Amino acid sequence: MELIFKWEWLPQLGRGLLLTVELTAACISIGAVLGLLIAIARLYARGPIYWLASAYVQFFRGTPLLVQLFMVHFGLAGWGIRLTPLLSGIIAMGLNTAAYQAEYFRGAIQAVKRGQTMAALSLGMTRGQTIQHVIVPQALRLVLPAWSNELVYMLKYTSIVYLIGLPDLMGIGRTIASNNFRFFEIYAVVALIYLALVLIITFGLRLVEAAIRVPGLGTARQ
Amino acid sequence: MALLVVEDLHKRYGKEEVLRGVSFTLERGETKVIIGPSGTGKSTLLRCINRLTEPDRGRIWLNGEEITSRRTNIYKIRAQIGFVFQDFNLFTHLTALDNVRLGLIRVKRMPRREATERAMRELARVGLADKANAYPAQLSGGQQQRVSIARALAMDPKLILFDEPTSALDPELIGEVLQVMIELAEAGMTMLVVTHEMGFARSVADEIIFMEKGVIVEQGPPEVLFTNPKVPRTAEFLRKITEFYGESS
Repeated sequence: MELIFKWEWLPQLGRGLLLTVELTAACISIGAVLGLLIAIARLYARGPIYWLASAYVQFFRGTPLLVQLFMVHFGLAGWGIRLTPLLSGIIAMGLNTAAYQAEYFRGAIQAVKRGQTMAALSLGMTRGQTIQHVIVPQALRLVLPAWSNELVYMLKYTSIVYLIGLPDLMGIGRTIASNNFRFFEIYAVVALIYLALVLIITFGLRLVEAAIRVPGLGTARQ
Repeated sequence: MALLVVEDLHKRYGKEEVLRGVSFTLERGETKVIIGPSGTGKSTLLRCINRLTEPDRGRIWLNGEEITSRRTNIYKIRAQIGFVFQDFNLFTHLTALDNVRLGLIRVKRMPRREATERAMRELARVGLADKANAYPAQLSGGQQQRVSIARALAMDPKLILFDEPTSALDPELIGEVLQVMIELAEAGMTMLVVTHEMGFARSVADEIIFMEKGVIVEQGPPEVLFTNPKVPRTAEFLRKITEFYGESS
């Protein structure tokens, strides 16, 4: 059987790729901000805020991403809340990655030595200032290698959004494949594009790691 | 009134009572050295003074203001009390300069330029102006501790608490830190120092406090404590520690 790939498919895949990148960027950013807040809540808050943050992490890590996506997109529609597929995708996956990122951040914050907090407090800094100026800047450097993995996962997981009708890289690929009955070639190209993106991200993050590296604050890779 | 008044301080960790009623005063410009065996509550006492550790009972006044009162803004108090830790605790992600000026910018709300000038002055004072852009990991232990002293000094503290400032240092690096402390004492800084450096205690301290098992056993001028202590236990401790650490350091 011969392999057939038409160059005219590439611009279409390009549009899908763009959507995949936008979706990943939106989700990972929402997840980073929310995840950091959740991590701080789980470490420093007590009572309801702590319980809420913990329950959040348990729920989103304990249930399948696809179920969460369908709950947001189809489930909320049943309550009269109709979201566009793009918005549903961003919300569901942003909330999901927030739970995972929260755990990465929590580990990193705990890895910052206790003496750092003591020193900041002894200068008269408040808890908030200590977290903002001493703990988080160190934790972010420590978390980067693990966080890179989450970004790569997220990029690949966005491929499920075609199931709610979003024309992302996977979605476009699937359409072209079914229209032309060239499943192997199209999915192989789609896979290669994902791989290329992952390699670019990995390389880019290594540059970032090197740029913000501080002697004595380990961001060493295994 | 004395600059620092500590009255009947108690602290308990679980079953163990670490401080069992400690009282003393510290005058302006005075240097007091606290000595005693490990685990006698010396570090806990220092941490209670700026409430990094909350005492269970007892009262503390700084400059007439009660630190232990619930109404006191503890952050304002802490900004007036320098603290030098055994293991330096420099902020790992910041250069020496940024370590010294962080408190000035964030706590004292000093303009950046002014804070930089002030920080550079303090670094120069501890002999490390040329290391302003070095990160803690690039400095020796002695240099790190001197930066941490500069960090405390920059805040214009009313007094500085030293918690075994030389105990984590290699022997050959102890001298440079003690030298800075001696200069501070001579310049009239009020200091409360927990240390095993008997040479420093003897030559610099105005008074020595000997603590054991959460209480002050004896306090007085070094010449009295070292030559003619009232309590036999003080004599025994001083003899042992002098044998172990030597006196010359």
